[in-house]
Amino acid sequence: MNLEGKSVILHDMTLRDGMHPQQHQITIDQMVQVATALDAAGVPMIEVTHGDGLGGTSVNYGFSAFSDEEYLRAVVPRMKHTKVSALLLPGIGTVDHLRMAHDCGVHSIRVATHCTEADVSEQHIKLGREMGLDTVGFLMMAHMTSPENMLAQAQLMESYGANCVYCTDSAGYMLPDEVRTRISLLRSELSPETEVGFHGHHNMHMGIANSVAALEAGAARLDASCAGMGAGAGNTPLETLNAVLDRMGVETGVDVWKLMDVAEDIVYPMMDHKVRVDRDGLTLGYLGVYGSFLLFAKRASKRYGVPSVEILKELGRRKTVGGQEDMIEDVALDMQRAMREQAESDAAPDATRRGEHARESA
Amino acid sequence: MSKKIKAAIIGSGNIGTDLLYKALRSDLIEPVWMVGIDPASEGLARAKELGLKTTSEGVKGLEPHIEEDEIRIAWDATSAYVHAANNDIVKAHGVKMVDLTPAAIGPFCVPPVNLQEMVGRGEQNVNMVTCGGQATIPMVAAVSRVQEVEYGEIVATVSSKSAGPGTRKNIDEFTRTTARGVEAIGGAKTGKAIIIINPAEPPLMMRDTVHCLTKDTPDEAAIRKSIDAMVKEVRKYVPGYTVKNGPIFDGKRVSVFLEVEGLGDFLPKYAGNLDIMTAAGLRTAELIAEELIEADAAA
Repeated sequence: MNLEGKSVILHDMTLRDGMHPQQHQITIDQMVQVATALDAAGVPMIEVTHGDGLGGTSVNYGFSAFSDEEYLRAVVPRMKHTKVSALLLPGIGTVDHLRMAHDCGVHSIRVATHCTEADVSEQHIKLGREMGLDTVGFLMMAHMTSPENMLAQAQLMESYGANCVYCTDSAGYMLPDEVRTRISLLRSELSPETEVGFHGHHNMHMGIANSVAALEAGAARLDASCAGMGAGAGNTPLETLNAVLDRMGVETGVDVWKLMDVAEDIVYPMMDHKVRVDRDGLTLGYLGVYGSFLLFAKRASKRYGVPSVEILKELGRRKTVGGQEDMIEDVALDMQRAMREQAESDAAPDATRRGEHARESA
Repeated sequence: MSKKIKAAIIGSGNIGTDLLYKALRSDLIEPVWMVGIDPASEGLARAKELGLKTTSEGVKGLEPHIEEDEIRIAWDATSAYVHAANNDIVKAHGVKMVDLTPAAIGPFCVPPVNLQEMVGRGEQNVNMVTCGGQATIPMVAAVSRVQEVEYGEIVATVSSKSAGPGTRKNIDEFTRTTARGVEAIGGAKTGKAIIIINPAEPPLMMRDTVHCLTKDTPDEAAIRKSIDAMVKEVRKYVPGYTVKNGPIFDGKRVSVFLEVEGLGDFLPKYAGNLDIMTAAGLRTAELIAEELIEADAAA
């Protein structure tokens, strides 16, 4: 498709989704350094929050090095052109957090729910709109429901006052055709004033291809992250996406050379966990498991001596959704117990055999 | 046997109906009225079939009958937004209120932790925190009665089918009220609550994870013992309350992984979140009924 002359808003995720691989330990200095560099590169929007959104700091998701308020107060006043958004997951954050973010001067609030549970976002979307914020509904794990149901959920968010709704591929599971179907349906059925966005992950290396498909199908906003720094095997890499869009003649307003410098000189050296499509990351994408589970599964694997891929598979079988990080340790403990019991019965073959014999005679 | 105390259930939805089934088995309470706002409500029809008087005019419809039908206890199973108004009406007629919404205008009650403290206080209104609070606060309390808990965090995961429109519209009230309960009744210095709604089919059983950060190194043996004892207390009225994993000790972190299977009275067994709420609401009302019966006998 010829997209020449089309324009799109790129929304950077480095300082929010990128908090996951950094275990929410990004310093204020790093935040400001990345944010001002993105501002200088012409990136129109960036997100700054704990990886799990406002109020995400917890045992369950990891405590952040600084509070959301400290990060926002440090970054927002330094932006010359770039607008700052905050993420909020109802059930984790509340309208109190939203008011705080508004007070810090955010331009945009993105209210995220699982793709089938949009009705928990009513309070937050309504308030965001009332406060005059750019208010976005963010439907996560979009592959877990049908395009038609996803549309119904998007329409709920629109009815509460969202002026933009996202199809969010939190597990990096989708392939371009699936993205195209969903975005086309949202674009044709939502009100023309409501924008549509796409948030991709790179677990199957599909971040760029999916984002281009979304753009072709009518998305007005695309999320991406410098050097792909984000949950799982990372987000759509921003500098690469921008380079692809430049070549296609799509206008982003962003200087691709400056973006490459941010990725190469600031973000790569910052990474504690090298974000890449490794075995666990690919498993997330292949099976459709929530991206933020990655490092928790790796840690549980070390602590309990069970393979991380097996933990992720079981989380997929249990149909876990975003936010159920507590189930990772639970699964690992179940698997450890099963392994011990297996080892014990292997170590006592006589008893087992007697047991079998008893069953036969019964 | 002494005469049962008569009661009204306000709210004819899932919680109200499940509560009705449980209350019909009570030795101390006789549910007499079911109050709804929708004449077409299935809950009202069901209550009528079970022999209750019903009104679809809300608490206003109940008010003229409170004295003649000797209603002395009411449960509110509606929503946080209308609870205060409901309470004002019944309070004017001397009715004690057990509040199952997260409105929390009265003191919190989590039966295995502080029901006994309610004795003799004659509170007009007691609040049942939230379903997540009922499931998790006993575990926070089990740790905090052993040693100081700096921070208590609970994660409640419920099936999409068991999260009604009230919970969904009031999701912030759930997190706020539960966090306050973790502090006030659980005994944690700071509390945090998280709720997750999962749409999986077949629906998942309610799961709750409790994380406590203790001030000093946790006394593992004492905490294990305290948790075992507390689980036994909860199981007295919620037999499907189970520790699936833990307690895990990781530095100063103590974590317990729970599952709550309901009795399946009216709501399916997976809806342990609703079951623990109605079971706790009944247990609390029975304590109030006992006190009323004693007072009647003394008079």
